[in-house]
Amino acid sequence: MRRYIAMRLIALILTFLGVTLLIYILVYALPGDPIRAMAGDRPLPENVIAELRRRYHLDEPFPVQYWYYVRGVLQGDLGTDFNGRPVAELMADRWPVTLTLALTAWVLELLAGLALGVLSALRKNRTLDRIVMIMTIVAISVPIFVVAYTAQLLFGVHMRWLPISGIAEGWPRSYLLPAVVLATFGIASVSRLVRTSLIENLDADYIRTARGKGLPTRRIVTRHALRNSLIPAVTYLGADLGFLLGGTLIVEGVFNLPGIGQLLFASIQQQQGPVVVGVATLLVLTFLVANLVVDLLYGVLDPRISHVRR
Amino acid sequence: MHSRDVDRDAPVDGGSAEAADSASGPPLLTVSDLSVAVRRRQRPLPVVRGVSFQLREGQTLVLLGESGSGKSVTALALMDLLPTGVEITGGQVEIASGSLRSLTPAARRRHIGSTMAMVFQDSISALNPVMRVGDQIAEAVRQRDGVSRAQARERTIELMARVRIPAAEQRYHDFPHQFSGGMRQRIVIAIALALRPRLLIADEPTTALDVSVQAQILSLLAELQEESRMGLVLITHDLGVAATIADRVAVMYAGRIVEITDADELFNRPVHPYTTGLFGSVPQMNGGGTELRPIPGSPPSLVAIPPGCPFHPRCPLAVDRCRAQLPTLENVSEGHAVACHLSQEIVNAR
Amino acid sequence: MSAGEALTPSSDPVDGEMETSPDAGGWGRLRRSPAFLLAASLVTVMMAVALLPELFAGLFGNGDPRRCDLALSGMGAAPGHPFGFDMQGCDLYANVIHGARASISVGVLVTVASSAVAIVLGTLAGFYGRWLDGILSRLIDVFMGFPFMLGALVVLIAFPSGSIWSVSLTLTLFGWPTLTRLMRSTVLSVRELDYVTAGRALGATDLRLMVRHVIPNAVSPLIVLAALTVGTVIVAESALTYLGVGLHAPAISWGLQLSLAQNDFQSHPHLLVYPSLFLSVTVLSFILLGDSLREALDPRSR
Repeated sequence: MRRYIAMRLIALILTFLGVTLLIYILVYALPGDPIRAMAGDRPLPENVIAELRRRYHLDEPFPVQYWYYVRGVLQGDLGTDFNGRPVAELMADRWPVTLTLALTAWVLELLAGLALGVLSALRKNRTLDRIVMIMTIVAISVPIFVVAYTAQLLFGVHMRWLPISGIAEGWPRSYLLPAVVLATFGIASVSRLVRTSLIENLDADYIRTARGKGLPTRRIVTRHALRNSLIPAVTYLGADLGFLLGGTLIVEGVFNLPGIGQLLFASIQQQQGPVVVGVATLLVLTFLVANLVVDLLYGVLDPRISHVRR
Repeated sequence: MHSRDVDRDAPVDGGSAEAADSASGPPLLTVSDLSVAVRRRQRPLPVVRGVSFQLREGQTLVLLGESGSGKSVTALALMDLLPTGVEITGGQVEIASGSLRSLTPAARRRHIGSTMAMVFQDSISALNPVMRVGDQIAEAVRQRDGVSRAQARERTIELMARVRIPAAEQRYHDFPHQFSGGMRQRIVIAIALALRPRLLIADEPTTALDVSVQAQILSLLAELQEESRMGLVLITHDLGVAATIADRVAVMYAGRIVEITDADELFNRPVHPYTTGLFGSVPQMNGGGTELRPIPGSPPSLVAIPPGCPFHPRCPLAVDRCRAQLPTLENVSEGHAVACHLSQEIVNAR
Repeated sequence: MSAGEALTPSSDPVDGEMETSPDAGGWGRLRRSPAFLLAASLVTVMMAVALLPELFAGLFGNGDPRRCDLALSGMGAAPGHPFGFDMQGCDLYANVIHGARASISVGVLVTVASSAVAIVLGTLAGFYGRWLDGILSRLIDVFMGFPFMLGALVVLIAFPSGSIWSVSLTLTLFGWPTLTRLMRSTVLSVRELDYVTAGRALGATDLRLMVRHVIPNAVSPLIVLAALTVGTVIVAESALTYLGVGLHAPAISWGLQLSLAQNDFQSHPHLLVYPSLFLSVTVLSFILLGDSLREALDPRSR
């Protein structure tokens, strides 16, 4: 098991380096003036440009630039925006909001997805199952911003059940609607994954052995089939963090929640390149760490993976 | 199309004759006219047609047949473990004087759970890959006896030792993929034993194993049977296995029993042309130089069972009657029943 | 052989034929699957719309999406204008119809490109293994270390040109890993199959083995994923365009229409409803297509 963890950590570091390199290359190291490229249409005074150029070490050889960048990241310095404020500072207050939103959505995905998946697997091909299957396909197809606006319209404006903007009412009321919107795709995906996996496992030979022992159905499902069925869902939930991070972008914008996503949203509109890059880097790192945690969990759930030498 | 496959009540196998065997007492298992079919959009597809046999305590019955003969399905039907879409369409099963079909599913499961256990062929898929083997055995113990975890653990280690798994206490915590095929098979047997069955059904328990391991498993089964006087139904296509362990043998073809008798009688004085054909196609150690004569053709597919006797297209002795009329299982001597129109002639010709 | 095996679909002649090859029974099942038929028809219709927007747009007589009259800004349905007008006073129906082309083009383009990369790289990596596979796998990990949206965002910010090609290229950049990973693992399992070994024993070259044996048998999961990918790419493109980094005006795209609608939809819901509907239905049809293909091609159905 230890060996497994070590290998995954190494992979994490390598991937992180690779990813940051890629980001860096994309934004800073290509021909053309990266400062002007990042600034887009905004006119910048000459002295600001010179200062930025100096700060970003753009006159120095590329590997040096990259080194400064990585070192900066590791020290928590994610660059500054065009007004001179450190990106890290801009993000500090917003993190809790985004985190709350993403975690709430994630938990919803886990619980609702699991429940729906198990129910439809056990009632395979009957009415409940059919309904769930149709609804999940629709949920997967409708883009998140459409869902966001529709939900806002329906539940916030017309029915007035929940607030549609801001975090004034705290958790959970302010976060509930956005979290549900964010979780829609995930709930649909998880429930389909659980359903498929459970159906497959319920047909497996070892379930027959368990039946042969005379175990009650409930125990067979929870103790045997489910444990094996969770694996694809867990894999998805881990990767889903990435999707959630991307989704907060839109959801926070629509519901006006002051989180990282909204910061990113605004910086894109305002063409604040360094902010975008800084935030993206941090989000990517978060994503990688989350994946690592999921892989470790995977190792626990499926002992075949951690016990076998790869 | 072959429509009337109603098997008029073949005389229920009256159990073994006075032939020397260790069985005694009233029958442990009585199967009467069991039929199983696969449910389809059109008509159901019969897989087992009117199978009947009996088994006594301490007796071993081998269901012998090729793939597709219906032997495994029969076993699953007895244990109420048929896959979805496959169901019993007729007949009766009685275990230890309790008829199964008349019970509710829950009661049936309880009755089966306390009297029968099954050992499957493919041990790697028969065990839960993410659960420790000790826990899997202990689960069966607790289900059967309702004891505490600690007691179940003790009993599990006992069982593991009894099926000759070395270092049982350490290996309790291992996972199925950490065992060899033979060891895994023993674990599956241990699970079955944990249920303290009066009847053990083993479906091709040795087919996936090396020959030397096969012998070990068979002798283990024989030992266990002697200790506890449990009945054993063993399913195989391997004549050698049958010869080693059987008291009685039922030969199955195309979903029905074509010959059933004591093992000695079957191997020395087979009657049904299929049985004889099977022996003729097995290499003999001391036969030296005789040609192998495989039975021409192959077993019929389930959807294309020929009319009359299903074996007639491949039978060297077939006559017109065989093409038209289904033979019923009838005694040719005490405890020896054959389903062939020409059985009397064959016996007389000896 | 367990009883279950004796009774699996491979010996159960559902259509009166034994399933000797994986596709024989699958095609029959496909033809009868309502999901597939629905999806296939929808996809065909939407593709037709994407290819010939003028034809469909002109159905109500006002097919020019750029013929706008500010006086009609935001108005609802009127004769000849079943969807009403957008805030510029342009016919919404014509715009929605024309929007199909951009989105579907991107979807198909990205999927085809990613699939091509996947087939080549995945087969090479799966077939040859060792260091080639090692490098590819690490590369895939790096690219998959980017949350899809974020990655595309960063790239599009660095290269803002807003054309179909740049957007497609960017999405391909983040789309190829998933397909490639799938192809690679399928090839890994196909490679071990007997007829490949037999082919090799007969002296077939690697290239021939790959092209004639490995790829055709490894490709069906890829086809399923490709169908699904078209759907997800369309969603991604519309999301990116909505955010302002994807396609720009004067391109006509559903994402643009929705982005323009965001401030006004509460008073003019039709601005939201129609583009959303078309977008969702299009994506739905591709996803349904992929899903029903998967059901049909899966040897372990039911």
